[in-house]
Amino acid sequence: MMGLAIVWSVLLAQIMIALAMAFALYRIARGPRAQDRILGLDTLYINGMLMLLTYGIRTANTLYFESALIVAVIGFASTVAFAKFLMRGEVIE
Amino acid sequence: MSHLTDLPPWAAIAVCGLMLLGAAITLVGSLGLLRLPSFYERLHAPTMATSGGTIVICLASMLCFAVLQSRWIVHELLIIFFVTVTTPVTLMLLGQAALYRDRFEDRKDVPRKPRPAPDEGAL
Amino acid sequence: MRTWFPYPLLSTGLFLMWLLLNQSVAPGSILLGIVVSTGLAWVALKLQPRRSHLGRWWRLPGFGLAVVADIARSNLAVALIILRARRRPSRAGFMTVDLDLEDENALALLACIVTATPGTACLEFDRRSKVLLLHVLDIENEELWRRTVKHYEAELKEIFQ
Repeated sequence: MMGLAIVWSVLLAQIMIALAMAFALYRIARGPRAQDRILGLDTLYINGMLMLLTYGIRTANTLYFESALIVAVIGFASTVAFAKFLMRGEVIE
Repeated sequence: MSHLTDLPPWAAIAVCGLMLLGAAITLVGSLGLLRLPSFYERLHAPTMATSGGTIVICLASMLCFAVLQSRWIVHELLIIFFVTVTTPVTLMLLGQAALYRDRFEDRKDVPRKPRPAPDEGAL
Repeated sequence: MRTWFPYPLLSTGLFLMWLLLNQSVAPGSILLGIVVSTGLAWVALKLQPRRSHLGRWWRLPGFGLAVVADIARSNLAVALIILRARRRPSRAGFMTVDLDLEDENALALLACIVTATPGTACLEFDRRSKVLLLHVLDIENEELWRRTVKHYEAELKEIFQ
């Protein structure tokens, strides 16, 4: 009984995070401006990392946590690079 | 799913509750990304996913594996540290980039620079 | 001591992170961690970050707890605003706060705290007029936000003396 409740709540949490990822994806696709898309991408990274964490809880596999750590770090670097590009790349100084 | 059924009932309830709470906070934050009308308002939405959602889900995972004692729980600590330190930095940079672009295009709804000065005063 | 460990706090943090990533306290990884953290502190010496003096570091934990409580509270407030966004649109807006913090690191910490709190985002700091430009989701409580930022500023000034 308890085991079934855990399985279902993990599944429910994963569905919620997947929905959150879909919202972020919608913001990436819709726009309207470049900074909105980057914000959506940043949120997508974080939601994807949370998804990996829930998979880690579900399967007790350490690899999921390692990859969540890597996603967190790479997502930070890429968002910073994009923001810098918006500041300096498009506009001719 | 054998390891999750090994949890004692109190820990199972706590882990489930924390995980669902974190997922719900993340969902609401991303919903804000969908619903709020302007970019500067949407800038507040991912903070919820990071400051609330990540910490709560990491706590759930730490509790789960601390009770089971199947592996070290330090990765979650590192994830909490990285995410809480890096998200404000990205959001500030993104906000500054958006402000710079909006000012460059002479939009009316953003505040002007306090004084026409070279941009060395920016944070 | 200063020549070997130019930034003790940075070195200790890097060393701890190395041990956490390796997940071991074997002598080999401790030795390698000490070498790596000392070497990276020397690299940081080339970057010349501003030094600041943590005068009253023992006040940091209490301040951190207060910040966490504030973040939890504003998480709830922002969740309510988002869920109600269709029926009652919130009024968001820009506001400015005058600061008189001198220390660079304290300013960076203040900006990070303000941005990490849902509902307020720090956008720009003008170093000459010392004005911080914020965007808040709920401009109706402008006075409250101003008081909160001022409170953080006073605390940080105490800590970084």
